[in-house]
Amino acid sequence: MFSRSLIGIAVGAAALAVVSGGAVAQPKDKIKVGFIYVGPVGDHGWSYQHDVGRQAIEKALGDKVETTFVESVPEADSERAIEQLARTGHDLVFTTSFGFMEPTLKVAKRYPKVKFEHATGFKRAPNVSTYAAKFHEGRYIIGQIAGKMSKTGTIGYVGAFPIPEVVAGINAYFLGAQSVNPNIKLKVVWANSWYDPAKEADAAKALLDQGVDVIAQHTDSPAPLQAAEARGKLGFGQASDMERFAPKAQLTAIIDDWSKYYVDRAKAVLDGTWKSQDTWGGLDAGMVVMAPYKNMPDDVKKMAEETEAAIKSGKLNPFKCPIVKQDGTEVECKGNGALSDEQILGMNFYVMGIDDTLPQ
Amino acid sequence: MRFELTPRTSVSPVLRALAPVAAFITAFLIAGFVIWLMGRSPVAAFEVYVTQPLSDSWALQELLVKATPLALIAIGLAYCFRANFWNIGAEGQYVMGAVLGSWLALTTHGTEAGFWVLPAMLALGMVGGAAYGLIPAFLKTRFGVSEILTSLMLVYVAQLTLDYLVRGPWRDPQGFNFPQSVTFDPAATLPPVMEASRVHYGTVFAVIAILVTAVVLGRTLFGYRLRLTGDAPRAAHFAGFSARTTTMAVFAISGGLAGLAGIGEVSGQIGQLQPSISPGYGFTAITVAFLGRLNPIGILVAALVVALTFIGGESAQIMLKLPLDLTQAFQGILLLCVLAADALVSYRVRLVTRGGGK
Repeated sequence: MFSRSLIGIAVGAAALAVVSGGAVAQPKDKIKVGFIYVGPVGDHGWSYQHDVGRQAIEKALGDKVETTFVESVPEADSERAIEQLARTGHDLVFTTSFGFMEPTLKVAKRYPKVKFEHATGFKRAPNVSTYAAKFHEGRYIIGQIAGKMSKTGTIGYVGAFPIPEVVAGINAYFLGAQSVNPNIKLKVVWANSWYDPAKEADAAKALLDQGVDVIAQHTDSPAPLQAAEARGKLGFGQASDMERFAPKAQLTAIIDDWSKYYVDRAKAVLDGTWKSQDTWGGLDAGMVVMAPYKNMPDDVKKMAEETEAAIKSGKLNPFKCPIVKQDGTEVECKGNGALSDEQILGMNFYVMGIDDTLPQ
Repeated sequence: MRFELTPRTSVSPVLRALAPVAAFITAFLIAGFVIWLMGRSPVAAFEVYVTQPLSDSWALQELLVKATPLALIAIGLAYCFRANFWNIGAEGQYVMGAVLGSWLALTTHGTEAGFWVLPAMLALGMVGGAAYGLIPAFLKTRFGVSEILTSLMLVYVAQLTLDYLVRGPWRDPQGFNFPQSVTFDPAATLPPVMEASRVHYGTVFAVIAILVTAVVLGRTLFGYRLRLTGDAPRAAHFAGFSARTTTMAVFAISGGLAGLAGIGEVSGQIGQLQPSISPGYGFTAITVAFLGRLNPIGILVAALVVALTFIGGESAQIMLKLPLDLTQAFQGILLLCVLAADALVSYRVRLVTRGGGK
């Protein structure tokens, strides 16, 4: 759902210049914070976690803040909902899906005094920040677990859409698995939806029918994990801890934890220190959190914990060079011993060994 | 014991006109009761849902923006439904219209193409929608395939075609592999009717389509032909009306208007192609067409009412923190009440205590 870019960074830098040189922000006594969700708060995944972040703001700031949310907003018709928040006195508006990028920018232009925060986008403005999390760090860990836990040697992945964020997640998952089991095979099925429990479950069943015994997913509901549980197979929670949906199947979960970021940003508006910026936090920033490791032998658990610590401390980068594409060509290493942020955020290739063709 | 519906021999026009009003009042009473059960004030809810949007110029404009594609598609569907053809695939025709029209916008992107681009895009939008609508029409007339099935299934084909295009050949090369096209040039953008408004010229097209349809359906032989085909196909056949031509014509008109709505939204509203360009307008328009009883003016009113429930629903979430589910339930209640009121006006309900049963 996101990307960063040179253009974006340039826009952001220009924005910062404008903000610091221009308007003087005033501290406020009380603010209203609004949220736009792409799914229902009850998806127990993506939108649910953003709502957990909203509640964290209320808890942390008490009567200094009032929060509002609009759920299940279709991306093609979101401009009005965003504008409704802007014109009803909200000081800070979080739009929490990639598809809200252009509408957020359009509304932000008309309401220069309102601050906007767009999740997973790459275009910024003086009053529009962007933020996202390095989910691929968690993907590498669950890939290693999957590689160890699979008995059939074939693991599966339910993807939402073949956009860079999802593709990077699949690659990190596969690289993790490959690092502990060089012969591991990966099968991918696309659900073509962020939230469609029936489709997600069908995709998971299709994978299980093909001999997959550990499933990961990059969609929003617990359906794929539940499908694994029903067949006595294993899986992972996505976006939130989904253990209660599949106590026997969930090995761990990659939790999106927006709470700290949301509280910080709301405080910044209260203090008058809010600035347009770009944030991409991972395990070390606490934006990505691993749920307790369960349903696995102690040695696998130990390995997962060590990998988590290594990524957190910066010792391990899931995309350390060399990275070899599916067709055998090596990717140019633009980062410091690993792929650069831009390369990860614009990723549109599978790494070598993935048994699938990336839809183009 | 059972209920039986018997047609009324004569229905007073006053009663018929009052039926929707009664339906609305009933729907509001039921919804109000539910809101009261939730411990909220039904009066405040009514104000947020209805009074505020209708007394605020921003909300009124948003109402027009939202009602435009609904009215355009629904007015086209009225042709089909009047003739008793079930075009369920307006969503797909909308998408294909948008795709064909956008093709021109993307081909001329960055060139010095002149004023002709926009009209040509709109024309292509109509052609795309009409051509796509003709597929189920052809399958029906040639092979007798149910148009309900084919038109509906073609929706998915259209959506996936769009999906393929924005992920593949039409993807913005500067867009970091995100599935969206470039942003349209000003020459390919449907302008707003007023400066700094979101209401674009699509709204004008919708009004024109409604007026023209009112004349066509009410005052022309073609309109009579549709009614006859719908109400008494055999009579239409004996009158020398070819069922094949009628089928093709209504699907082409309906698809064309859906296509126009599609290119209008993409060019006037969204400004680029992306995987999702409609929050289900093509399906909501079916509701609108029936709420408006397939009558052009009725459809205009129905489109505005349905748009109002969307906008009111968002306001209710923001102002009253009422859940979205309530808005959706309210839309359902409203439709049920309107259809029930219609049935009660046309039919008499009798309680049969003996006889008929086992």
